[in-house]
This record gives sequence, structure tokens and C-alpha cells, in this order.
Amino acid sequence: MRRFVLIAVPYLWLVALFLIPFVIVLKISLSDVALARPPYFPQLDLSAGWEGLTSFFAELDFENFWFLTTDDLYWKAYLSSLQIAFASTVMTLLVGYPIAYAMARAAPEWRPTLLMLVILPFWTSFLIRVYAWMGILSNEGLLNQLLLWLGAINEPLTILNTNTAVYIGIVYTYLPFMILPIYSALERMDDSLLEAAEDLGCSRLSAFWLVTVPLSKNGIIAGCFLVFIPTIGEFVIPSLLGGSGTLMIGKVLWEEFFSNRDWPVASAVAVILLLILVIPIILFQRNEQKQREAEG
Amino acid sequence: MRRFSWFNASALTLGFAFLYIPMIILVIYSFNASKLVTVWAGFSTKWYGELLRNEEFLNAAWVTIKVAVISSTIATILGTMAAYVLVRAGRFSGRTLFSGMIYAPLVMPEVITGLSLLLLFIGIGLDRGVLTIVLAHTTFSMCYVSVVVSSRLVSFDQSLEEAALDLGCSPFEAFRLVTLPIIAPAVISGWLLAFTLSLDDLVIASFTTGPSATTLPIKIFSAVRLGVSPEINALSTIMIAIVTIGVITASLITKQAAIRQARDERMAERPT
Repeated sequence: MRRFVLIAVPYLWLVALFLIPFVIVLKISLSDVALARPPYFPQLDLSAGWEGLTSFFAELDFENFWFLTTDDLYWKAYLSSLQIAFASTVMTLLVGYPIAYAMARAAPEWRPTLLMLVILPFWTSFLIRVYAWMGILSNEGLLNQLLLWLGAINEPLTILNTNTAVYIGIVYTYLPFMILPIYSALERMDDSLLEAAEDLGCSRLSAFWLVTVPLSKNGIIAGCFLVFIPTIGEFVIPSLLGGSGTLMIGKVLWEEFFSNRDWPVASAVAVILLLILVIPIILFQRNEQKQREAEG
Repeated sequence: MRRFSWFNASALTLGFAFLYIPMIILVIYSFNASKLVTVWAGFSTKWYGELLRNEEFLNAAWVTIKVAVISSTIATILGTMAAYVLVRAGRFSGRTLFSGMIYAPLVMPEVITGLSLLLLFIGIGLDRGVLTIVLAHTTFSMCYVSVVVSSRLVSFDQSLEEAALDLGCSPFEAFRLVTLPIIAPAVISGWLLAFTLSLDDLVIASFTTGPSATTLPIKIFSAVRLGVSPEINALSTIMIAIVTIGVITASLITKQAAIRQARDERMAERPT
């Protein structure tokens, strides 16, 4: 009995507030937009019994999904989200790897402090960290002032409200997610392997490519997924740092819902976004599982 | 063997400069006398004064803290239960679905979580406000709590619990007297994680709130969309200061606890 209550409480909570909402999204994505409250059609009318149920299902269709394929705004937004997510994952890896590497090579008594310095920004508000870049990247911002003062440029660069600013924002905010798994992989590495490689005639660089990188492979994969998956649906960064030309699906969904009030199309956008995410999520889980088995 | 490496030293310096300079600039400019955020016009704390007189911000801060405290507390209870179920309850029908529902919200884009919860609240005719944000935040943060707590539950020796049961404890007493003290650090960090997630959340709160409840991130977001403002810099500085103090205190406490535990274990091992 006690076991039953223990299982039932969190179970029912998640069914009510995670699973059912999801079914509702699926259902509304198959409905039509209507000038009513709530603004979609058909409504499920259980008081009409079986007939209400059949007429309800008869009204559902894939019209919204068809609409998404005809208006090129949507597939362009999906593609550009994937492209931005992919490119910024690569950039985060290039920035994060050397930091993780240097942390793992630092003197052991320094490592806890360095680790805390990486985690600290993670606890600070995401919104504030994105906002911090607005003052730096704007036309009169500090970066432009610095470059003008150095004489590197003659007129201010436009960075804010472009994709460049979005990339900077993503690399900045997601950097800890990349550093931590790579660091934990590198920290476990046995130094004597590198010494052995060098004794056997490897140069330091080829020892790095042949020993260090393969041994940190799982950390790299985990870090890349941890950056890539949330970036695809990102909303805050493109809406604060990006411009009107920055197409990302999270922003499109938000506007479809709040500005156009087209709930069925917003739901269809969400359903397709989720279908896109399923592939990287399954790959990520498989990688985690493999790692656990290798350790266990 | 370890030599000083210029490569490592510069990677660390540049890396941490990149992570911290934007926030340091934000803090410095919160003390700027000028309304223009890009021109330095001398030291002043007037934006902090303005902030404290701004009722809208104070109200939003109060709503945010209320939501964060309530939702993280419920999330910690539910998340700990869920972790216990995942690690200890063995097989039951629907276990796969259960663990799927625990892990899925961790990777779900916030826009989708927000949209789906909003559609549910409208569907059942629940008025949107503090209650709906609390429900939404509890749901996604309980999953984070259960991941943190279950990793601790997995690593701890189940025979301790069995010993307590053999010695006449009821299952609840065994949990309260044996299991809970051992997993307490994980439960506390789960609570802290849930609390910060709730404080921080813009997207899900925007979807699930109504006109009666505006949280701080929603307020900040609408102010910031119009551009940089010194008041927001002051607010950010306060938030950064709180987080920094909190994280440093927490790490000092856990360090001391670890030292104490190591000492206790040495004492216990000493032959009498």
C-alpha cells in the first residue's frame, strides 16, 4: 500500500502535467484555427456521447502540417535553427576544449577552484548573462569603443542584432555544459599513457591526437549534445541578440502563439520541433548508456 | 613532471576572461552616474535607489521568490519520491513510461513545455497566475531533483537500510533516520537547483502566467527588449552578488562536512 502511494503520487503528477498537456498539443495541432475562445476548432463535446466523439475525430486533419510545408518561413526556420545550433556547437567545442584541457592539467590543489569558477556562471541568471552582451556588442558598445580606440576599425561594426551576436551568446552561455563533461573525461586520464606515447617516439602533438582526444571522446560527444539539443529550441538568445534576419524556430513558435494567436499552427510547429529533436536525444542517451556500461 | 605550460596558462586566462568580463562590465556600469550605459560619468549608486523605489520591480521580485520557494519545495518532495521509485521500487507496470517522463522534461525545449502547459490550463479552465506558474515550475524542476537524488541513492549501501529494518524500525523510520541523513546533501542541492531554475525561468513563466502575476525575468525581459538600462544593471548586480555568496557559502559548507565525515570515519575505524 505504502509502495503504491510512493509510486502513484509522482507518477500521476507527471501524467497530469507532462503527458496530458502533450496530448493536448498534438490534438490542437490537428485542429483548425477559429475566432472563438479558445481559438481553435473542433472542441471535444463529451455530452454528445459517441456521436460527439466521432464528429470530433472527423474534424481533425493534417492541414496545419501541410501549411507548414507550403509557407517557406517554417522550413527555413527549422533549417536555420539546425544550422545555427550545429555551427555554435562546433565553436563551443573549439573554445571549451582548451579550457577543459588546461583545467585537467592544472595542479590538483587548483582544480576545485577552477571547477567552481566554471560552475558559478551556470547558477547566475541565463537572462542576465545574455543581457550582459547587449551593452558590449551594440554600435556604441564597449567592443566597438575599444576597437575604434585601438584604431582597428574606422566606423562601428554592426554586431548586435545579427547572427554573429547570436553565436557569441550561445557560445558564452553554453560553455560550461561543454567544459564540464570534457574536463571529467580528461581528469580521469592516466598521465603515464602520454609518457608512454612520447617514449615510443610520438611528438607531443601526435600524442595529443592519438591518445588524449580519443580518450576524451565520450566527454566531447556528451558536451556537444548538451549544447546542440537545447540550442535548437532556444528563444532568449535570438530574441535579444539576434535581429529580424535571425530565424530560429523557438522564436517563430513564440511569435505564432503570442503575436498571431494561431494556436493550431504553433502546436504543429512544436510537434515537428520535437520530432527533429528525437534523433539527437536518442543518440545522446545511447552514448550515456555506453559510457555507464564502460564504467560499471 | 608537470611543467609550466604557456598554452595551458593562456587557455585558462582567456577562457575565464571570456566567462567573467561581461559580468564584471555589467557590475561596473551599474555604478555609472550616466543614463547612457556606454558613457562613464562617475561613480553613483543612484540606480540602486531608483530600483528600490520601483514598485513594479519589487512586486515582481516578491512574486518570483514566492513561486521559487513553493515550487522548489514541492519539487524536492516529489523529485525525491520519484528518485526513490526509480532506484528502489523495483519493477512495476509503467516503469518505462515513468522513467521516460522523468528524463524527457530535461531535454524538452522550454517553448514546448510552456505551450503544452498553457493549453492544459486553458483546457481545464484554470485561472492563470501564481498557482499555474508554481505547477509548471514544480513539474520541470522535480525531474532535475530526481536525477540529482537518484545518483546519490544508487551509490549508497542498501544494507544500512536493511539493518535499520532488522533492528525494528518501521520503513518510514528507516527512511527518516538512515536514508535521509545520507542523501541529505543531494536533496539540498536538488532544492537549490530547483530554486535557481525557477528564479531564472522566463519562457515557461511567460506562457503559464496571467496578468495578475509578473515574475522578475518577465519584467527584465520586457525592459531589456527596449535596450540596455542602468536600472537593470543594478538589478543584475544584486542577483549576481546573491548567487556568488550563495555558491561560495554552499561550497565551504560541503567542504567542511566532507572533512568532518572523513574524521568521523577515521575515528570509527580506530581499534578500541
